[in-house]
Formats: sequence, structure tokens, C-alpha cells
Amino acid sequence: MNAVAIIAGKELRDGLRNRWVIATTVLMAALALTLTLLGSAPTGTVGVSALAATVVSLSSLTIFLVPLIALLLSYDAIAGELERGTIALLLSYPVSRSAVVAGKFLGASAILAVAAVLGYGAGGVALAFGSDAVEPRAWAAFATMVGSSVVLGMVFVSLGYVASACVRDPRTAGGIAIGVWLVFALIYDMALLGLLVADQGRLMTVGLLDVLLLANPADVYRLLNFIGFSDVSRFAGLAGLTQQMRFGAPVLAAVLSGWVVLPLVVAMLLFKRREV
Amino acid sequence: MNDVRIALHAVSKVYGKRAAVDAVDLELRQGERVALVGHNGAGKSTLIKLMLGLVRPIAGRVEVLGANPADRRAINVKRCMGYLPENVSLQPNLTGEELLAFYARLKHRPVAENAKILERVGIAHAAQSRIATYSKGMRQRLALAQALIGNPRVLLLDEPTTGLDPALRHTFYTIVRDLRAQGATVLLSSHALAELEGQTDRVIVMSQGRKVADGTLADLRRLARRPVRIRVTLHDEHVTLFPRIAQTALEWHRISERTFEVSCAEPEKIEVVRQITDGNLSVADLEILAPSLDDIYAHFLVTESAE
Repeated sequence: MNAVAIIAGKELRDGLRNRWVIATTVLMAALALTLTLLGSAPTGTVGVSALAATVVSLSSLTIFLVPLIALLLSYDAIAGELERGTIALLLSYPVSRSAVVAGKFLGASAILAVAAVLGYGAGGVALAFGSDAVEPRAWAAFATMVGSSVVLGMVFVSLGYVASACVRDPRTAGGIAIGVWLVFALIYDMALLGLLVADQGRLMTVGLLDVLLLANPADVYRLLNFIGFSDVSRFAGLAGLTQQMRFGAPVLAAVLSGWVVLPLVVAMLLFKRREV
Repeated sequence: MNDVRIALHAVSKVYGKRAAVDAVDLELRQGERVALVGHNGAGKSTLIKLMLGLVRPIAGRVEVLGANPADRRAINVKRCMGYLPENVSLQPNLTGEELLAFYARLKHRPVAENAKILERVGIAHAAQSRIATYSKGMRQRLALAQALIGNPRVLLLDEPTTGLDPALRHTFYTIVRDLRAQGATVLLSSHALAELEGQTDRVIVMSQGRKVADGTLADLRRLARRPVRIRVTLHDEHVTLFPRIAQTALEWHRISERTFEVSCAEPEKIEVVRQITDGNLSVADLEILAPSLDDIYAHFLVTESAE
């Protein structure tokens, strides 16, 4: 077995042992089930599918919740282990530094994947039993939501590693992680909105707005889940935005993946330069 | 004994403005137990990290088993090395057995060998308990256990006995002796020279990043030239004869009513003793106080800072 797999396996086991996996799964399942039940109430038997409503509300919540969980999972990974002396020990083994980061990353991703599939899956199962004949396209939207939620989590795991690799003190890394969360989940969109209002369409072209949206992984996630599914985008109140969006789902998926890889590479480079 | 396992050539490392390691040369050979002695901050841990390739030198060359340990291509050299960090808190959620299995896999060693290692360090009974429930001594035993995986040819132990109880210290040195018998090179750092008596083949004294002494304990004794103290207790009736003793041209101190003490160089001690016991003096007791290891250690550190 290679070092990356061994480290990933240990991270996952650690996650199971210290109840990260169970806590995250229960939290996500509770949200999914609540929104499923609430989501089907207003639509009743007429109108759009209950599943579409669930996808909208659940993905809106995911934007806040999953990045926070991912950052909590990752901010301590390097700075904390440096402080505890386990990184020095690990690197005295025949393991490269990039293998350490890659292994930890895969382990954390596996934790998120288990939690998202089981937690959100519970909501899906409840829906499948509760309502009759959901159209296949809505299921595809639901599957995309679960999958992209995992990828969104991976983005913030990578960003957490960057925070963890660039400071000495794990508490500082924690502070940076909270800052990252605030910026991407809350402040960025507000600032963008403020900019649009202030600018009155003089400098902010549609093209520039698109690029600015791609510069925030949370927005990429939102667009990915809201476009393409007419039901969903109507519900999300983003119909106008997604219709003029020039990028299709493949481009958005590629950008989101880029948001996973780029910070991960940066974290590896930072970690390589660290003295342990 | 010419098989050099670790060689440092004029190696330096600076942290900020402070020289953590300053132009150090040293060689560690096969089957040698070497103690690295010095105060906190003398550069012991940095030296060990240089040997592990965790830290890169700003000058000089480090060679471990013929390779540069900081080189990516030398990664397999680390399969033949064991390291016990100075302060390590092992994952509390795993059991001892699980943690050791993790490290054995990383070293490409069969996990089945671990039971024997746990037995050897004396925590086989706790193998299935979570590390969070371990005492400090047990954690240190487990940390030592991971360093022993795969019978390493080079073992680097950073302050392995600091804060351990005497029983564990004894187990520890027994294991080190066995390893040496198998041909391993063992480097252990310590800030107490005294406990190393009989446990090392060679001692390297570090002070402020520099190597200030390197040799066997006997070598260090000779180099330090610390005086031997001879203490004589006389019978009451002979105390008045003290002036006769004083004739030996040595400087005697009266340290109590009937007890006198003199310091002399190591080679002179026989002559002094002969003179005392020769005459008509009725000697009640005679003590020869060889310089302790801590005296010698202090000597090297004082000499260093005086320069």
C-alpha cells in the first residue's frame, strides 16, 4: 500500500473514532430531513416537484455549512501536528511531504463524502417514499447537489490546509480559517451586490460579473446547482442570472475542481518550505 | 568498526540570527552508542533533525547511510532509521496497536512484527487500549516502540529518558544495549551526563551549537583534568599531627574537627595516599572522590563560555 493511502486510511479512521463522521452525518441528515418535510409542505401536490424545492433550500444551506465543517476538519492538520510533534515523526518515515498533504486531503474528503452521501441521502430517501413519481431530472439535480457538496467541502479542506501550512500556531490557523469562511460564504456576495448597486452598470459588464462569480467557489457551487434545471433556477430566484450565465455545467464543474486543486498545490508548496 | 553510518561535515544551521548548529563535524559508526549532551537549546534536537533531513543545513554536508537525508531520492534510507522525537503527543483516539500498525505500514514492514515490539517495550497488555488512557511512561514506551519498527540500522533518540522513572530508564538502556549488539548505531541526546555512565560508548558535548568535546567518558575525564579529592579522617589523638601531613606541599583544608581534604591531579593521587598511610598516623577513614560526570560536564560548558 502506498503512503498516501495509508495516511488517508488513518485520517478516516481517526474521523470515525473521534465522531467527526457521525456528528457531521447526523447534522446533514437532520437538515436534509427537515428541509424535505418543510419543502414539500408549501408546494403541496401542485406546482413544481418537492425535490426541486429541496435541492434549492438544501444547497443554499450547504453553502454555509459544508465550508465550515471542511475548514474545521482541516485547519489543524499541519500547524496542530507540528505543535504536537507528530509531523516531525511522520516525516522521519519514508514519506514525502506532498504525500502527507495528499493523504490527509483524501482522508478528509472521504469523511465529507460519507457524511454528505448518508446525510443528504437520508433526505432523498424520505422524499422518494413521501411523494410519488419524481421526475428523473430532479433526481439528477439532487445527485449533482450531493456530489458538488462534497467537492465544495474539498475546496475548503484545501483552503484550510493553506491556512494550516502558512502559520506556526494552530490557533492562528483557526482564525484564518474562520476568516476564509466569512469571506467566501458571506462577505463576498454582499460586496459583489453592493458593487453592482453602486456601479449602476457602468463598469460591471456581464462578462466581468461572470468572472467575479467564478472567483468564489461558493458561487460556483450555487450556479452549478441552480442552472440547467429550470425548476430549480426558478425557485432560487436566480432565473435571470443563470439564463445569462455563459458557462455551462461542465465549465462550472471544472472551475470548482480547479478550486480544489490550486489551494492544495499551494498548501503542498508551503508545507515543503516549512521547517519542522 | 570503520563502517560510518552518519557523517556531518562542517554543518551549520541558523534560526533567525541564532546559530543553532555551528560548523559541526561528527561521525557515528556501526554498533556505537553515542550520547549527545548539552543544555536545552545547545543544538541537540537540531542536529538530530539535520540527520533526519527534516531541517536543511545552511552550510556543510550531512550523510546518513551514504545519502543526503534531505534529498527526495534518499527517501528509502528512512526505512532503515528510527526516530523518537523529544515531545510527541500521539493520536489519543487510536489504540497502541493501531498506531503501531500505521507506522509499520509506512515503513513497509509486516504488521505482525508489532506484537513482539510491544512485548519488548512492555506495553503488550495495553495494546488494545486507546492511547488517551496511557500514562506518561506508557506513551514514551509506545513512542520508543515505533522507533524500533523494522530493526533500524540507525536510531536517533531525542531526550528519550527525560522524565522517566528509573524502572523504565533501565528497560530503555537494556533495549539500547541489545540494539547495539545487533550492530545498530544509536544516538541519544540527554541533558544529564550522570545517567549515561556505562550506557554509552562515546559522548559528544554540545554548547551553543558547537561541539565542545567528543570521546569516551574516560577520554573526557582525562581532557577535563578535574582534580581528585582525597579526604582523610584521623583518630582523635592524631589530629595534632596534622602539620606532618601538611608537609606534602599540598594545600590541605580542614573540613571538620578530624577531617582534612586535599585536591590533587589524577596521577598524583597514589603518591598522596602513600604519604598519608606511610607514617605513624592513625587514619580512621580515607575517601578518594573522583570527579563526577556532572563536574566534567560543567567543566566543558564553563570552558566553552569562557572562550
